[in-house]
Amino acid sequence: MANDNKTKNPSGDGVDPTRRKFLKNTGIALGGVAGGSLLGGLLVSQSENKNDSSSKDDKAQAPRTRGREFFARYEDFLVLAAATELIFPKDDNGPGAIDLDVPYFIDKQLAGTWGVNDDDYRQGPFDEKKVKEAADTANHARANRGQLFIDGLRSMNAESKKRFDVTFDEATEEEQGEIMTDLETGKLKMKTLPSDGFFELLKQATLQGAFSDPLYGGNKNMDGWRMKEFPGARASYADVIEEEDFVELEPVSLTDYQQNI
Amino acid sequence: MAEKLDKVDVVIVGSGWAGGTAAAELSKEGYDVVCLERGKDHSTKDFIGAKDELRYSRRREMFQDLSKETLTIRNELDEVATPHRSNETNSINGTDTGGSGVHWNGQIYRWLPTDFELRSKTIEKYGEDIIPKDMTMQDWGITYEEIEPYYDKFEETIGVSGEQDPLRPKMSRPFPNPPMKETATMALFKETTKEMGYHPYHMASANMSQQYENPDGETINACAYCAFCEQYGCDFGAKADPIVTVLSTARRHDNFELRNNSYVVRILHENGRATGVRYVDTQTGLEYDQPADLVVVGGYTFTNTRLLLLSEVGKPYDPVANTGVIGRNLTTHFANLTHLRVRGFFDDKKFNRYAGAGALGTTMDDFNVEQLDHTKHDFLHGFIIRSTQLGSRPINNNFVPEGIPTWGQEFKDKSLFYTNRNIDIQQQNGVLGWRYNYMDLDPTYKDVFGDPLLRVTAKIHDQDRNIVRYAHQKSKEILEKMGADHITVPEITDETEFDHTSLGDHTAGGVIMGSDPETSAVNNYSQLWDMENVFVLGASSFPHNSSSNPTNTVGALAYRATEGMIEYLKGDGGLLVEAKATKNV
Amino acid sequence: MAEELEKVDAVIVGTGWAGGIAAAELTKAGHKVVALERGKAQSREDFIGAKDELKYSIRYHMMQDLSKDTVTTRSSRKDVARPVRNNSRARMGNDTGGASAHWNGVSFRWMPYDFEIYSKTVEKYGKDKIPKNSRIQDWGITYDEIEPYYDKYEKTTGVSAEENPIGPWRSDEYPNPRMKSTPSIDLFKKAGESLGYHPYHLPSGNMSEQYTNPDGETINACVYCAFCEEHGCDFGAKADPIVTVLETANKTGNFEIRNESTVTEVVHDGSKATGLKYIDNLTGKEYIQPADIVVLAGFVFTNNKLLLKSKIGEPYDPETETGVIGRNFTGHFSNISTYIGARGFFNDKKFNLAMGAGSLGATLDDFSGDNIDHSDLDFLHGYEIRYYHLGKRPIANNDVPEGTPAWGKEYKEKNLFYHNRNILVRAKVAFLPNRYTYLDLDPTYKDELGDPLLRVTVEYQEDDIKRAQHGVDTCEEIVKEMGADIIDRVDVDDNAEFDHMFYTNHFIGGAIMGEDPKTSAVNRYSQMWDMENLFVLGGSSFPHVSSHDPTETIGAFAYLSSEGMIDYLKGDGGLLIEPKEKKEA
Repeated sequence: MANDNKTKNPSGDGVDPTRRKFLKNTGIALGGVAGGSLLGGLLVSQSENKNDSSSKDDKAQAPRTRGREFFARYEDFLVLAAATELIFPKDDNGPGAIDLDVPYFIDKQLAGTWGVNDDDYRQGPFDEKKVKEAADTANHARANRGQLFIDGLRSMNAESKKRFDVTFDEATEEEQGEIMTDLETGKLKMKTLPSDGFFELLKQATLQGAFSDPLYGGNKNMDGWRMKEFPGARASYADVIEEEDFVELEPVSLTDYQQNI
Repeated sequence: MAEKLDKVDVVIVGSGWAGGTAAAELSKEGYDVVCLERGKDHSTKDFIGAKDELRYSRRREMFQDLSKETLTIRNELDEVATPHRSNETNSINGTDTGGSGVHWNGQIYRWLPTDFELRSKTIEKYGEDIIPKDMTMQDWGITYEEIEPYYDKFEETIGVSGEQDPLRPKMSRPFPNPPMKETATMALFKETTKEMGYHPYHMASANMSQQYENPDGETINACAYCAFCEQYGCDFGAKADPIVTVLSTARRHDNFELRNNSYVVRILHENGRATGVRYVDTQTGLEYDQPADLVVVGGYTFTNTRLLLLSEVGKPYDPVANTGVIGRNLTTHFANLTHLRVRGFFDDKKFNRYAGAGALGTTMDDFNVEQLDHTKHDFLHGFIIRSTQLGSRPINNNFVPEGIPTWGQEFKDKSLFYTNRNIDIQQQNGVLGWRYNYMDLDPTYKDVFGDPLLRVTAKIHDQDRNIVRYAHQKSKEILEKMGADHITVPEITDETEFDHTSLGDHTAGGVIMGSDPETSAVNNYSQLWDMENVFVLGASSFPHNSSSNPTNTVGALAYRATEGMIEYLKGDGGLLVEAKATKNV
Repeated sequence: MAEELEKVDAVIVGTGWAGGIAAAELTKAGHKVVALERGKAQSREDFIGAKDELKYSIRYHMMQDLSKDTVTTRSSRKDVARPVRNNSRARMGNDTGGASAHWNGVSFRWMPYDFEIYSKTVEKYGKDKIPKNSRIQDWGITYDEIEPYYDKYEKTTGVSAEENPIGPWRSDEYPNPRMKSTPSIDLFKKAGESLGYHPYHLPSGNMSEQYTNPDGETINACVYCAFCEEHGCDFGAKADPIVTVLETANKTGNFEIRNESTVTEVVHDGSKATGLKYIDNLTGKEYIQPADIVVLAGFVFTNNKLLLKSKIGEPYDPETETGVIGRNFTGHFSNISTYIGARGFFNDKKFNLAMGAGSLGATLDDFSGDNIDHSDLDFLHGYEIRYYHLGKRPIANNDVPEGTPAWGKEYKEKNLFYHNRNILVRAKVAFLPNRYTYLDLDPTYKDELGDPLLRVTVEYQEDDIKRAQHGVDTCEEIVKEMGADIIDRVDVDDNAEFDHMFYTNHFIGGAIMGEDPKTSAVNRYSQMWDMENLFVLGGSSFPHVSSHDPTETIGAFAYLSSEGMIDYLKGDGGLLIEPKEKKEA
């Protein structure tokens, strides 16, 4: 609630009143206490307006438009947001992953059955060799998808801190790109699987968030479909299918489609 | 302890095309039939408004629940097989009422006269030496002429919309419905290939070109080209599936019952005769024995093979000793080879690729087994070439020409640009049996009931790689002529191998058909040589996989088998066909 | 094959209060320590904004993953035990900090009577007072001896409290003043006082003001945000191992936590432990971590299962009454403790019940331990009476007066009306061990790794029911005095049986302490009699559960034990205290 207000508040004063009042009452904001890394971190990330033009690049920044279901740690979510935006950036075609709510889509997917591989065969033994070599490496990992994401994102973030002294989301686009390339080519060290396996998982999840029906929380305003000139859940193309020329159609979401059945 | 239920005439495992067709025919004849389906209940109501790519195409809503059971996979005999754990990369098995018959595309082909007598005709034409060592090529114990009436019957049931293939034998009568509509890309393909001297024609379709009532009185609606066909149930009842046809017919009879969530774990038998099946209700965990005079195993290839092995019915195949039959001749249209596609990108042409239907396309037989002179090629059998318009959905369709990065701004820009500017040409080739491509029970991994999983041992051979490489060259030539500005040809190396991404939905063998019990498990009525009151239907009975899609042949053989079952039930039992010792293989 | 890692001084199972305190003390003394935590890494950042009732309270996000391991349970030796399949029936902690990350913070000392329960009972009432099957026994330590360690724990965790008017002696004041009061707390206290009892504020591990502990760790002031139990603290304002002892251990540079590390076995040579074998949950790899001393500091179930699996100590056999591991399992079982009492509905009073803190409330000890004369009572020990102001979350709290329909308009109206107008006064009842309350390995069910599950057997005795019913009577008396318009007893059935619920999280015993190795597994230092370099910490070492929350006693004994470990590591080994043979148990 307070967070919603915050993103709409252009004043640049990122600390929402409720939180500030609490901090004052408990003596934390004023005291600058030791052991306050939690609150320290909180204050920094809240007071730093992500939409501020002073940020290093003209990158879309992680929104705080919704609550998170899977990613308890905000830092992980920031890495996720930055990584998806890097894969599918905002450009002249239209919004990037962040503006399409792809990070929230992934958050919800990981919180559900997909995140724990509920439909998969999960009996051991798990084969170490397959995890390293298989074409579908993520399917052979002992860790579930939620754990793979946490491992992958934290590995990316740790590498960024090590190489550039900043978190992944704070790194420049060039720096981020260097890490993403290592991830894609299997060079980034991860515990649970080779990093190219995680890259594939991350990329597919990003595209799914951009292009799945908005009911899953991504593809905001169907802008993913609009960019892709995909008309969504339309009942019939019987009238269109034989056309020689391309026919542009406004997309229809399942929410709309299911009103009429 | 399993609860023993009242005896019925026939118990059927599976409610897809094989089980469903048997169910319809036997119910119509007045037999008491129980059909056991491991998956949940499905009706057309489940599919209304199901145009959800994430749920159905990516999360594979309609595929087997692998948390209960899966397969293990390996290449070599001395290797430990590992499980196929997820439907994420490739989904293999259907489930729920109607089985894979619900979420298929509806692409209809008859197989070729040569297919049914492949070994004899190959030897007749080229001599025995052309068959490589360890290739287990064999005849089916049936001819095209014998199976033709059953093709006709299945095509009438499902209302095939299509036209005569100029290169195939003339059908005894035309398809019941005219072909589907023609799109701009289909027209382009047709025009181009005609110019090249080929013989393109409209792919035959089980999506209806018009509303249709079949001989059983079931109505199938006209297709709306909505583009949600493969991996989906039809929103409009406009695709022939078991639910709107054969199961609906069976359900008109009180003597038919479909039990969902019923996982068959054993064929029960005594003194060489089946007495029924044992199944688990997956919602309660309770076990039941369903006694029957006749047991019809009509599940998918893997289900059928595994059930026989678990039940110790028939002799398990041993590739080293080269004895036994159950598990023999596993073949598949390899998802990582056979189904790789050549793709053309057009800079100046834009098509309505978002629209389509499961079996909408143009296809040609100019490189099929009967058209090729194999003395000039380093492979046997042949392939079809086709250009389809299934409707390209946005999560899956992000193709870019070679050299474009796989992520980032340029990827985004180009993948959006080419979304409606790319066409793929598919080839699909015949896949032949090999001595060491087979199925048995896995020694390590178990299913949720504690039974061993089915193990698939298979390798890709040069035969398979060579035919695909050749087909890709031909596809590329066509795309060049069609005017594609960039063409992507998938790389096939000598290391391209059978792996966890190889199995697709066209997998055959394991309980194969023939005239000699030494090399086949069932006769041409799908009756088990070793247990006369067990009929095993479906692609498990195919000694090899032809170059076109298998469903029409599954349906035709199911009709023939059903005729045999009725004869068997009416008569005094016994084998419907005399076994012949042949020199086959 | 398990990979053997470099040896350390001490390896600890678990990172809750028991393991965390040992880690802090050992690393401060300069020892190299590795703690193995089966759950995931968890820090204060994970709890920011985690005010999500559905995720944390209803779906039990912070609890053990029962798909991998659980316990089986039965209420009679004659029953077949069944697995606890769902966290709604067992809330066992997991992840860094263990259950201590999502506890409420209630911080009681136990009573002098508890530690010498057998002797003091016999002394006062004679031997005959002890029921036939009861297995109460002295702990081999007195309150006076453990008091300094209580004091130490309270200072580490900054307990915020006021003096218990009838409590045991204390060597020092509480480090922080009591928490705030509320009108409903005042009402409870006033009612208690007017009935002649001695109510006081609940001693709290939520901070009444910002506090820096002797190790230099700061715990913030509680904001009464009402998301305490089952949640990590949003503000670092609840004493948990993450903000205190684990942080202290981290600062020494001698400490490493390995998350996702499930310990499968204590490796030993028969007389000494040599290390721990564990599996990395994320990769499946097995490791052996060698160490000079091994500390089991998991939950009661974890400790017992590891001892039984590793074949350390003799398993308890209730028939022959031999062996010790698994003996004297007790706990606050939900149908005879904690969730019983009396609920008062007020028609004219409305409270701010949405606000609160995990250990906000008031309590009275007038019926605890031997504070009442048991001469005319048919039970021993007693109960604590408590009014809790936890903060009522909307999904879990939907209380209506008895006789209200369970659904519909009237249900909704009463539910909404009384939401802030009802309070529960509850009895936290001691449970005394008997011959048939024990733990062993289940013969049927297995965990993910194929090892037997731990089996819990709890047979209630008549005195367990009487003690609890007495508690409900007292609650009712108080609620009446508070002026409730409607009073509903949350009662205890005469025939109540163990209800297979483990959701109070207070479970005790199995590897209990004492002076005699015949009836105890460990000595007062939690050192195993049978394996001198193995220390088993936590509630598993308590011979019975008192009428109060166990955490502070776990903490106190962890401090005492750590002192013992440091002595042991400095010295030449050997038992830290000589065993005594006793006749009484």
